[in-house]
Amino acid sequence: MARDDAPSERRVHTTGASSADTASAGKPDIEPVTVDFGSRRPLPDPVVVIEARHGWRELGLAELWSHRELMYFFVWRDLKVRYRQTVFGALWAVMQPVLLMVVFTVSVGRLPGVGPANVPYPLFAFAGLVPWTLFASSLAGASNSLVSSESIITKVYFPRLLLPFAAVGSFLIDFAIAMVVLVVLMLYFGVAPTIAVLWLLPLTLFALVTALGVGTWLAAVNVRYRDVKYVVPFLTQTLMFLSPVIYASTLIPEGWQWLYALNPMTGVLEGFRWALLGGPRPDELILVSAMASVLVFISALIYFRRTEQTFADVI
Amino acid sequence: MTDVAISVRGLSKKYKIGVKRDPYGRLTEVLWSSLTSPFRRRREQRDAEDFWALQDVSFDVPSGSVVGVIGRNGAGKSTLLKILSRITEPTRGRAELHGRVGSLLEVGTGFHQELTGRENVLLSGAILGMKRAEIARKFDEIVAFADVGQFIDTPVKRYSSGMRVRLGFAVAAFLEPEILFIDEVLAVGDLAFQGKCLGKMNEVAGQGRTVVFVSHNMGAIGTLCPMTIWLDAGRVVTFGKTDQVVPEYVRAVGRDVSSGEVELDHDERREAEVSRVRLLSPRGDVSAVGECSDSLTIEMLLDVRRRLPGLYAYLEVRLANGMTVMMSDSFDTDPNPLDNLAVGTHVVTATIPPRTLGPGRYDVYLNLSSISGHEFNVYSPGVVASFRLHDSNSPRGNGRPGFFSTMLRWQAAEVRPDGQDNDRGVRRD
Repeated sequence: MARDDAPSERRVHTTGASSADTASAGKPDIEPVTVDFGSRRPLPDPVVVIEARHGWRELGLAELWSHRELMYFFVWRDLKVRYRQTVFGALWAVMQPVLLMVVFTVSVGRLPGVGPANVPYPLFAFAGLVPWTLFASSLAGASNSLVSSESIITKVYFPRLLLPFAAVGSFLIDFAIAMVVLVVLMLYFGVAPTIAVLWLLPLTLFALVTALGVGTWLAAVNVRYRDVKYVVPFLTQTLMFLSPVIYASTLIPEGWQWLYALNPMTGVLEGFRWALLGGPRPDELILVSAMASVLVFISALIYFRRTEQTFADVI
Repeated sequence: MTDVAISVRGLSKKYKIGVKRDPYGRLTEVLWSSLTSPFRRRREQRDAEDFWALQDVSFDVPSGSVVGVIGRNGAGKSTLLKILSRITEPTRGRAELHGRVGSLLEVGTGFHQELTGRENVLLSGAILGMKRAEIARKFDEIVAFADVGQFIDTPVKRYSSGMRVRLGFAVAAFLEPEILFIDEVLAVGDLAFQGKCLGKMNEVAGQGRTVVFVSHNMGAIGTLCPMTIWLDAGRVVTFGKTDQVVPEYVRAVGRDVSSGEVELDHDERREAEVSRVRLLSPRGDVSAVGECSDSLTIEMLLDVRRRLPGLYAYLEVRLANGMTVMMSDSFDTDPNPLDNLAVGTHVVTATIPPRTLGPGRYDVYLNLSSISGHEFNVYSPGVVASFRLHDSNSPRGNGRPGFFSTMLRWQAAEVRPDGQDNDRGVRRD
């Protein structure tokens, strides 16, 4: 943390009544408090420096880390509140992708060539819907995270990035529950995972980075432009059809694959399917998507940090 | 001698007031609520883009001292605290804080309506900067201080406003930062609880913490803060010993409340405000001088611009030194007549019965709050009237000491010598 040397002399300032507004008060005849700080010891740590900052700033990831306990509390709060006063509680975490799976199986699933021939369509769809639900819910949660926390943003300091991150984090729990159902489904269809299943961990991280990137962008923009509220559902729905959620990316013509892969979720979804259900490893897709995802993530952090200072004033 | 805990140099904050007409709802509200009356002087120049909420503010606070910040609404007190607690950034200038910082700008920061009292203690504690282990260690003490008893596992949305305030303050009272910023949070809660909070704050100050305390309550400032910063129009008017600054401030900003009819300033941005206060005798005369043997009616012309569920008036009768003699809020009448008043102008009266207060000079302090609104505080005009009471209709007259002029009922009854009562009529049990 930045820290200045202790100046050799410090005095308690008493600024005179310089404002015309206080003319009626006259210049108060008050003996100023003057304290000689000349002989003082160096100032104790920690020192917080508050000043106007302009332009680029560091991402503040260290500070984020030091506040991880608060992040934990935000995640805990979101989970507690989300399923309070619901009949099915955390079951909702599973019901959403399961119901979608059923709907898509009886509709799109009957069309020829939507999914690979060697995998049952319900399983194929569910393997895509689980990471997709993580992404879509995170987007909704994160984009709203700052606006819905207005009362604390204007009343107390903490790294604001915690809010979209915690929103995404809370859906990671839902994701974990849905993954259990996915395993059950694999057992039911008799699909045994290969060693590639170990890739799920980095792929989940990939999904997280993607959700955090887009979510953080939307959260910051939403502070100033409430239009985001209307954009998110539309964006999510459109992206769902532009991502291989309910169909395989092989449906996309060869020449367009690179463009298709620029959508970070393409890599995430194809990666998940490959790690769980086998098939050829979609190296290029994942690589392009991962780069796009990291780019979105970093640009989101930069934008967030640049606008963060005004959150309390404009929210 | 100690070190400097807070060093502020040339701190300035500019708000763009041109954006107030933009379509992004809340933005304007927050801006307006943080900048209030001084800008009314600038209304002529409303097109001006910039408003300096704080201008070139500099001071040092030695570590371990308790400093009050006073000033009119909109003088920049809250902006100063918001900058020092890092909620918003200054436009110019610099401040250094030496120590762990805690801020208490609201009672119940981070409370979530759906969560229980227990859960909210954990959450609010974490948001205010406590570590998990710290909260766990203090949890029982916090709950005991809040005095919410068996409701600790009830969702906060079912709490009364008093309980919510107590729980919120209890969490905050157990913060252990080296530097603490407090914004007028003592203006809420009942009197007994306010006293408890003041005591707790004294304790905090006594533990060598540096406290910066914003308040309109000169009594609290006088009790708690040896030194005071007086802000006006975003600038430091003076920073000095409280016993010198406060009287000077009171003299400078006090309204002329000597006539029994006081016009208050207008501001259409307020959701509700009192435009005029009159003191009425039982015969309807407007006068700032009354008799102890008469009732005294405080009549307020209340302009309501938005329906406010849970709106209530809080009224204190104070001595000149700021000490509260009596307090009443509109909940004392059931149902609260101010609750959810229709938009428009209303005459609100509160009547002090005859033979309540002793002879002397009194100030009337007024505050409007809403227990369910967006902001707790609706309107804080402070001291709105002043009156003198004479006791001309009793033998003791103006020489009657004490706070009350209540005439006690005296009786004497002769004790019959042959009765059960022995010797001089003193009943022995």
